Amino acid sequence: MTTSTSRRSVVELRSLSFTYPDGQVALRDINLCASQGERVAIVGPNGAGKSTLMLHLNGILRGEGSVRVGGLELTERNLGRVRALVGMVFQNPDDQLFSPTVFDDVAYGPIYAGLSESAVWWRVDAALRQIRMEGYAGRVSHHLSLGEKKRIAIATVLAMSPGLLALDEPSAGLDPRGRRTLIQLLQQLEQTMLISTHDLRLVQELCPRTVILDEGRIVADGPTADLLSDEGLLLAHGLEKA
Amino acid sequence: MHVDSMDSYCARASWLHRLDARIKLILTLAFVLTVSLTPTGSWPTYVFLYSLLLAATVASELSLGLVLRRGLVALLFVMAALPLLVTTAGRAVLPISVGRWSLAVTASGLERFLSIAVKSWLSVQAAVLLTATTRMPDLLVAMRALKLPRLLIATVSLMWRYLFVLADETMRMLRARTSRSAALDGRGGGSLFWRASVTGAMAGTLFLRGYERSERIYNAMLARGYDGSVRAATQRPLTRGERDIVVVGLVVLASVLTLGRFVG
Amino acid sequence: MSNWEGLSHAIKGTLTKGVAVRGGLYRPAPVPMHIPDGFLSTPVALVLWLVAVVGIAYALYRVRREMDERKVPLMGVMAAAIFAGQMLNFSVTGGTSGHLLGAALAVIVLGPWAAVLVLACVVGTQALLFQDGGLLALGANTTNMALIGVIVAYAAYHTVRKLAGVKPWGLPVSGFVAGWLSIVIAALGCALELALSGTSPANVAVPAMGSIHILIGVGEGLITAAALALLYASRSDLLTGQAPATGGRGVWVAGLLIAVVLAVLSPLASTHPDGLEWVAEQKGFLDAARSAPIRVIPDYVFPGIPNEAVATILAGILGVAVVFAAAWLVGASGRRRSSERHL
Repeated sequence: MTTSTSRRSVVELRSLSFTYPDGQVALRDINLCASQGERVAIVGPNGAGKSTLMLHLNGILRGEGSVRVGGLELTERNLGRVRALVGMVFQNPDDQLFSPTVFDDVAYGPIYAGLSESAVWWRVDAALRQIRMEGYAGRVSHHLSLGEKKRIAIATVLAMSPGLLALDEPSAGLDPRGRRTLIQLLQQLEQTMLISTHDLRLVQELCPRTVILDEGRIVADGPTADLLSDEGLLLAHGLEKA
Repeated sequence: MHVDSMDSYCARASWLHRLDARIKLILTLAFVLTVSLTPTGSWPTYVFLYSLLLAATVASELSLGLVLRRGLVALLFVMAALPLLVTTAGRAVLPISVGRWSLAVTASGLERFLSIAVKSWLSVQAAVLLTATTRMPDLLVAMRALKLPRLLIATVSLMWRYLFVLADETMRMLRARTSRSAALDGRGGGSLFWRASVTGAMAGTLFLRGYERSERIYNAMLARGYDGSVRAATQRPLTRGERDIVVVGLVVLASVLTLGRFVG
Repeated sequence: MSNWEGLSHAIKGTLTKGVAVRGGLYRPAPVPMHIPDGFLSTPVALVLWLVAVVGIAYALYRVRREMDERKVPLMGVMAAAIFAGQMLNFSVTGGTSGHLLGAALAVIVLGPWAAVLVLACVVGTQALLFQDGGLLALGANTTNMALIGVIVAYAAYHTVRKLAGVKPWGLPVSGFVAGWLSIVIAALGCALELALSGTSPANVAVPAMGSIHILIGVGEGLITAAALALLYASRSDLLTGQAPATGGRGVWVAGLLIAVVLAVLSPLASTHPDGLEWVAEQKGFLDAARSAPIRVIPDYVFPGIPNEAVATILAGILGVAVVFAAAWLVGASGRRRSSERHL
């Protein structure tokens, strides 16, 4: 496990465990650290707890153990600040684009945070430029293609300049061109990233480090090249070689 | 994570679960009507009615705690009847002074308030038992047997089918919104007006997606031969024994009511 | 969680119009307008059942006549959307949040008769499954929300649209008025029903229900207007913007009449509760079981205040203040919940 002695750790999960109200144990004693600029892939079979893990990063779910983001311990009181640090991009962009226009959706975060009108405009502009969709501000989200929606969803969190990006299945459902555009976009972003995905080829391209999650436990954590060439390991945890 | 906690059905293999939904529906409605007709302050009647519920709870193999907990909701609504404590004319029992004004809780006000609370609670418990022991599709079929219009039942069936899907969607939208609701210095939140309009946009989105989804559903129905008329499978008639249960139940409730009027 | 925390959370939940019981059942409760069983006298409840049945029967007849077969899946999914939509909330202040009932939105998208059926399904299911409103009182709740709410919203929407002509503010403003009015008038109906049953004297019920829902209605209005704006931007073909056809004209007039009658009747009833009680007694509406006729003595509520109207208004304001203070207090103290449950 890469420790963060020289670089600041952006996210630290220590002994994180979580059980759903109906008794189902979702996470068992998770220990995970990611330092500045790292891109970490989280892979595993369905039901392993990947999405549940993501939801702990900004306090939507609260389990036992400790969650630290950007040095801040996640507590009830500083949820607001943590949410400014973590940009969570969900699997289905339809769930994230709930405003009439693209501008409204991207502006949600800054407006909620109480920024001035000019600051809001500036941030929306910058976010759209980062995803190379400057002309889209006035468009109606409903009419966009899946690929466009996915990138706009990323813009909605970029508007808050987060230190950590958490992406849940970013390439799911995209055609090859949409996928290529997305990968190029992610490659240019500087944020620390945690990417939960089934797309192992995306992992090979984007993430130098991979974590394998199975039945709520971390069963492997290391360089992508090593993990993803170990067929036995992959097979044992419901994965196939890319 | 799912929103199927909205389904109140608790699967058990008890006698009450296996009882035909039509019987349960009729008796529940009769029970609620009986409770409503029971006079204020007839405490013996209330106790007897509760004992019926208790017997049913035992027969259902559900935990008493579960049924009681779900029934508690009723008591919270009872707060609306609080003014009755002080506005009912009668012998003063508990004087309260508020500033210069003096109000008093009266004996009859107390009795009326408590009666409402008990009656409300009894009715809710009956409904809780019904829905915890009966699957929704069976309940719909039972309502059909009670001659509820087919169109209405068909609508409720479809609503039930897609309720969880849409509720899930709503939960995910709310989660996405929460994730983007960052407060930098503890302040923030935007104006009330803005928050309301964001919520409105979410509602509009739900409706919009619902509308388009219904078009896809309609196509699927067409592909399976839907021609506009709502048809349902015919139901087997109630057996002799089942009809007897209904009759006995109704007779018991009717006698409780008549006795209650004489005693209470 | 200790018992006190559990109880305070439950209270807070109801006051903020959503109830999460520890049994694991999350119930979205829209507005505090669902009358439980035990609150209405049997005659009142039965009469309202009759009204509800007639109303729904007529709506069925109209929908069947104008039916387009698409309507069944559409109504079903819309009912699900309204049900789910009632889970949406936005924080108003402290612990309270605003919710949506959806009658106005439904009628604007679906037209009056389908909307009646859809709301009836939602209200009925809420009563049956979540005990949101009683079973005997279902007739009353259906009448208030699925009939009065829908018809009044329809009338308001078309009236404002007509007045606005082609001006751009026509759509959102009409949505706001429709949403607001549907809540307020339905609440007045609810208050009068409670008064007729003798459960809550008119001079408390009307101001309390009225004032609370005048405020709640603002939330409904805002949400409705914003939803319409989004629908207009994305699929304006879904909005029935034109003036109602000949069939709809009857509904339009009915809606205006209902709104006016209830709006006038309620303050009248609240300042003459004895009068209402007398009427109720004459018609046998009061709970037949009550041994002594309950006479509400106005100055019993606020002794010492000569002007009845002022006393009425004050009683109402006090009621609202108590509810909001309680909600705020409980909200301020009960903030330890997983963030899953509220914003």
